[in-house]
Amino acid sequence: MSAMASAANASSQPARHGLRRLPAEGLVSGVCAGIAASAGVDPVAVRIAFLLMTLVGGFGIAVYLLMWVITPADASTGAPGQRGRALVGSLRAALAASAFAFGILVVLRHIGLWPGDRVAGPAILALGGLALVWRQTPAGVGGAPGQHARLRRAGRVGAFILGPLLIAAAVLTLLHAMGTVHDEAHAFIGGTVLFVALTLVFGPWCLRLVRSLADERAHRIREQERAEVAAHLHDSVLQTLALIQKRATDPREVSALARRQERELRHWLFEPNARDVETSLAAALTRAAEEIEELHGVPIEVVTVGDAPLDGRLGALVKAAREAMSNAARFAGAERVDLYAECGDDRVEAFVRDRGAGFELDAVPADRRGVRECIVARMQRHGGRATINSVPGAGTEVELVVELA
Amino acid sequence: MTDAPARAVRVAIVDDHDLFRAGVRAEVGAELEVIGDAGSVDEAVTLIAAQRPDVVLLDVHMPEGGGVEVIRRSFDATRDDPGREVPRFLALSVSDSPDDVIAVIRAGARGYVTKTISGDELCDAVRRVADGDAVFSPRLAGFVLDAFAGDAPPAQDDGLDQLTAREREVLRHIARGYLYKEIALRLGISVKTVEAHVSSVLRKLQLSTRHELSAWAIERRLVNW
Repeated sequence: MSAMASAANASSQPARHGLRRLPAEGLVSGVCAGIAASAGVDPVAVRIAFLLMTLVGGFGIAVYLLMWVITPADASTGAPGQRGRALVGSLRAALAASAFAFGILVVLRHIGLWPGDRVAGPAILALGGLALVWRQTPAGVGGAPGQHARLRRAGRVGAFILGPLLIAAAVLTLLHAMGTVHDEAHAFIGGTVLFVALTLVFGPWCLRLVRSLADERAHRIREQERAEVAAHLHDSVLQTLALIQKRATDPREVSALARRQERELRHWLFEPNARDVETSLAAALTRAAEEIEELHGVPIEVVTVGDAPLDGRLGALVKAAREAMSNAARFAGAERVDLYAECGDDRVEAFVRDRGAGFELDAVPADRRGVRECIVARMQRHGGRATINSVPGAGTEVELVVELA
Repeated sequence: MTDAPARAVRVAIVDDHDLFRAGVRAEVGAELEVIGDAGSVDEAVTLIAAQRPDVVLLDVHMPEGGGVEVIRRSFDATRDDPGREVPRFLALSVSDSPDDVIAVIRAGARGYVTKTISGDELCDAVRRVADGDAVFSPRLAGFVLDAFAGDAPPAQDDGLDQLTAREREVLRHIARGYLYKEIALRLGISVKTVEAHVSSVLRKLQLSTRHELSAWAIERRLVNW
């Protein structure tokens, strides 16, 4: 871009402040129409002026191209489609570079430093091609906001084929021109030229390839994650919502469904590396509480402090706690049950509490083995103890203790 | 509440879910004076500055910083205007993550309850916070016990890094699902004393030099094996 700017300054054109191309009114690209509009003369006069300048050493064409590059199109007069704009932008850059090189060469010839036709021609071609190739690199990074990436890519591919073609043509011409001179120095220069040309052509392409591969990969990972989340939500939340709609008449069932779904989602969201039910006391207690909750539809609030590896004694504690929760859920008629477990360095305690009906422990019939057998006796067998505090009308708390020391 | 309150507690509800705000409003509206609700951090800060509620029911998870940000900006606003009183914040969230909960408490919330709490319990918690007490749900009590468990790092003279045996006992009862008055009965102390213990725990939680309290607790869970 700086090349173009300096070209604009060097060519002592009338100030282009406020000058706009008018593509809608122009014959070619609206350059003449724009100049005419801003100068207040007939466009035809401007066009004739350009034709005359062209007759004088082709100068008019160079000026026209420069003007095309440096004057923005009037936005109000139907901007070209986005796909076109990217390609046209690239072509403009290429033409600008070529025109710039051409201008320099004209100046050089005037002062008598003409490098010779066989260099001048390829140089112009090569500069145009390079402009096409390299222009893509910054555009790929920044990109005009609002310009859709896919459309831009289409334009880029068009220019991308043209660019290397131009450079290839330049290199071939140059090599062909030098081929007439059988000289080893020239052969060396030819090889260097070829190498530099290849680097210039494929360098940005390689860069872009690497970058787009990284982009592609990040995009694919995001897509995969999204798909996973969608699949999970579909299997769980959407299914449950459908079930809830079907059973809308049964509040107890609806609440149980909602509660189960909530728990599942919570696990998934907050405990991605959930502890193993087989080896962790906290996980085993939580699982037991969930099962009871599901079975009997009474919410159980589980709070655990610390954790311990599950062994025979603690396994017994989990089973006893499960039985206590089951009793509370079935018989107490409480709104919710609390389970609290704490693992200290030398003992593990668990409390199952409800604020329900309560009962007289002595009044429990001898054949009802739940409390005596499954809680008290089980804990004793494993070297622990169970204490049951129950007050009729005020609720029950079962205390389970295992000494670790 | 034994003595009839002179006036209803003025409450603001901050949550980015419209449905949830409407639900809470319906649940507590009869007993508390809901003076407004806000769906974002900015709205909340403006609402609090304009209406000066007694208690703000605050969602932990919201875009642009969540509850922690609301608390921070409300305190900042008061610093410029010393005559103004900051409302008390009660965190209300579905989050079960200790990090979130401890963060909002350390920012200055007076308590934390889960969104599954019943309407009556919520009203009670709001009144308690309005009176200057701290409100701990069983889950929060569990988090705090976890965070303060084990050996304290280099002991401090102010004792902020340790819970007393009594505080620990009170927290354990809260975690077991006991109400304050039940705890008072069991431990043979007054309800006011229970409240004092809980407030003291809250203060330690907010001021303790145990940085990254919850992260430390999680680590401990693994180390303890």
